[in-house]
Amino acid sequence: MNISVLFAALGGAILVWLFLLQRLKTKPWLEQGVIEAGGAVNAAPQRVGLWVFLAVVTSLFGLFAIVYNMRSQFPDWRPLPDPGLLWVNTALLILASVALQRARGAVAREDMGALKPSLMAGGVLTFAFLGGQLLVWRQLSSAGYYLATNPADAFFYILTGLHGLHLAGGLWFWARAAGAVQKGLDSRPVTEAARVRLSVTLCSVYWHYLLLVWLILFGLLIST
Amino acid sequence: MAYVAIADRDHHLHDPDTFITKYIWSQDHKVIAIQYAITAIFVGVVALVLSLLFRLQLGFPDSFNLVDPNQYYQYVTMHGMIMVIYLLTALFLGGFGNYLIPLMCGARDMVFPYMNMLSFWVYLLSVIVLLASFFVPGGPTGAGWTLYPPQAISEGTPGIGGGIVLMLVSLAIFIVAFTMGGLNYVTTVLQARTRGMTLMRMPLAVWGIFVATILGLLAFPALLVAAVMMTLDRVVGTSFFMPEMLSLGRELDYGGGSPILFQHLFWFFGHPEVYIVALPAFGIVSDVLSVHARKNIFGYRMMVWAIVLIGALSFVVWAHHMYVSGMNPYFGFFFATTTLIIAVPTALKVYNWILTLWRGDIHLRVPMLFAIGFIFTFIHGGLTGLFLGNVTVDLPLSDTYFVVAHFHMVMGVSPVLVVFAAIYHWFPKITGRMFNDTLGKAHFWLTLLGTYSIYLPMHYLGILGVPRRYYALGDTDFIPESVHTLNSGITIAALFVAAAQTLFFINVIWSLWRGPKADPNPWKATTLEWMTPDTPPKHGNWGPELPEVHRWPYDYSVPGEAEDFIPQTEPPHAGVVAGRDHGVEH
Repeated sequence: MNISVLFAALGGAILVWLFLLQRLKTKPWLEQGVIEAGGAVNAAPQRVGLWVFLAVVTSLFGLFAIVYNMRSQFPDWRPLPDPGLLWVNTALLILASVALQRARGAVAREDMGALKPSLMAGGVLTFAFLGGQLLVWRQLSSAGYYLATNPADAFFYILTGLHGLHLAGGLWFWARAAGAVQKGLDSRPVTEAARVRLSVTLCSVYWHYLLLVWLILFGLLIST
Repeated sequence: MAYVAIADRDHHLHDPDTFITKYIWSQDHKVIAIQYAITAIFVGVVALVLSLLFRLQLGFPDSFNLVDPNQYYQYVTMHGMIMVIYLLTALFLGGFGNYLIPLMCGARDMVFPYMNMLSFWVYLLSVIVLLASFFVPGGPTGAGWTLYPPQAISEGTPGIGGGIVLMLVSLAIFIVAFTMGGLNYVTTVLQARTRGMTLMRMPLAVWGIFVATILGLLAFPALLVAAVMMTLDRVVGTSFFMPEMLSLGRELDYGGGSPILFQHLFWFFGHPEVYIVALPAFGIVSDVLSVHARKNIFGYRMMVWAIVLIGALSFVVWAHHMYVSGMNPYFGFFFATTTLIIAVPTALKVYNWILTLWRGDIHLRVPMLFAIGFIFTFIHGGLTGLFLGNVTVDLPLSDTYFVVAHFHMVMGVSPVLVVFAAIYHWFPKITGRMFNDTLGKAHFWLTLLGTYSIYLPMHYLGILGVPRRYYALGDTDFIPESVHTLNSGITIAALFVAAAQTLFFINVIWSLWRGPKADPNPWKATTLEWMTPDTPPKHGNWGPELPEVHRWPYDYSVPGEAEDFIPQTEPPHAGVVAGRDHGVEH
């Protein structure tokens, strides 16, 4: 049932948004002539595409969270210990998000001097987070908690792994932006430099989102 | 700032100059659409042949010996999975979605052409992985297209070796492909419409594809979650879905998992999937009916909101596939109620189609015939859906041929008739040539009457209680001799319908080479795709300038006008306004 509530809410939000976007009372058969910009959001398609993608990822993680919740009610559920390293990793990911937010601010101010170090810091901290997660996996498996030991262990590996994969995908876009920034934007054509700036901004959005996902997952994993 | 269409804001449309970039690694939405369509139709034909093989077994048990019991289950499984996902979903969204969205919205291409190209190639990979399962030891999975655990991965079900793993992996790959395509379709509809094309001026075909894509983007993750977890159950030995169980007298290592959890996940994807296929069909059929009846679609605004409402409701009906899984009666009551509620906007659409035909100037051309055929089969399949939506009626009919007849009517025959309507309707634009009318009409009548003679009798089998999923019925007391006769008849009809499809392929191939050159707008339609400077449209679709939209897409037979259609690009002029004041459209 909770699945239906979640998705009814999501569907309801989409409906409301459509209502806001397009007046229900429109009578398209009576209106003639050009109507300006009907319903398009004033944003780059990449930004809209990212938000649509985030809706898909929300559905994916939301469903996993619900299944986790349902499966953890069964009597064979044996919670695993919460490695202390997870707190360190969480701090690293928060810092990565902060660094990318600073990079985004630098882009907005066109402060190229500040952009380079914060963009780099964001990536490096993310790599550190992923390394830390791998270390947690090693700690758990050497303590005897394998994928197939108990559903609680299996969920731990799947959820952390899936989250890590999404971050790794983000790092690919980060690497392209960071590479371009390293070589310097001034020598590039205007449209391309603008695209790199947009890419930095979108990276920060994606990182904040994945930080939020991680915080929820982290809460879920240590609560059982 | 003057309005610049997004498609024209920055010029990074790739310019295809070699054969490879033009036709193989193409980023042009039209080429990708055709690639999607050809691949989907190819696997669809494979699935059709599989159905003939098991139909021969069902109709004439012990006569042909083409399939053994294991192969029977494998072919049924692959037939279902291919038809629902790899044919219909891919063809409606990857095929028609790709072709129609940019052309009908007045864009030069999808907003992310490179990702669009990747989407097709990843889809092709998923098809190859799926078909590869025919060639692994043990063959493809025979778990039924719903892949229910524990039997899907337990001893005794065919294909629990490589077959089931390849199936799950292929589904995961398909979902990746669909997501890449889906992001494109949604973003293009939202952001790349041309000047004047408001959301409420979009043809219903685009509305159907748009909402179906949103459904897919939100629902396919449920299948991905289920596929990932079942793969781990099968390969690593986790117990997400697998309960403690004895198999062939041996206790398995699994324990504590919940098969019902899988069913919830599967149908949480599976029911929206029905509408992922149906909504584009609804949209396309609305446009075809309106064009060939020379009348505006009845209740455009209602049609749009019905599409949106059906889409939203489709997420809260999934457990009506699980009435026999032993659920709480209140749970069943809730889902029966939502299921019956979804019939309201659906019936509304059917009434509006019929009212569109009412006093229309109906031209019974081939696409129109298929569209009208769809109304018949859809009403038929929809009404039996009302039967099955009620828990008390569903319980005795569950797992009988009544269910098979219902979903083939509503989700097999109906969408496929729309696929044919759409292919015939847009064939002149896609290829620049006309198809052969006589062959097309023959194809329609043989297909419609043939499919009716397959599925109508199946309802009677189901009401008698004949169970589905049986390799052979044998001598069973409650099954009279007439059932066997009927089964043979159904098989003959199925062979006949399959043979009739060759008319379609002959027509398409012959017309491609020898068909007369098509007029750019042979049906005198109003929508943008018929206004392209070239037929078939060239790369970039519109020549130097994007079209401008001045009106909604259904200005047919406007009183006081010389022509019985006004293209969407036509600026307002005095005659129209005067005509409207006396018009019937208020």
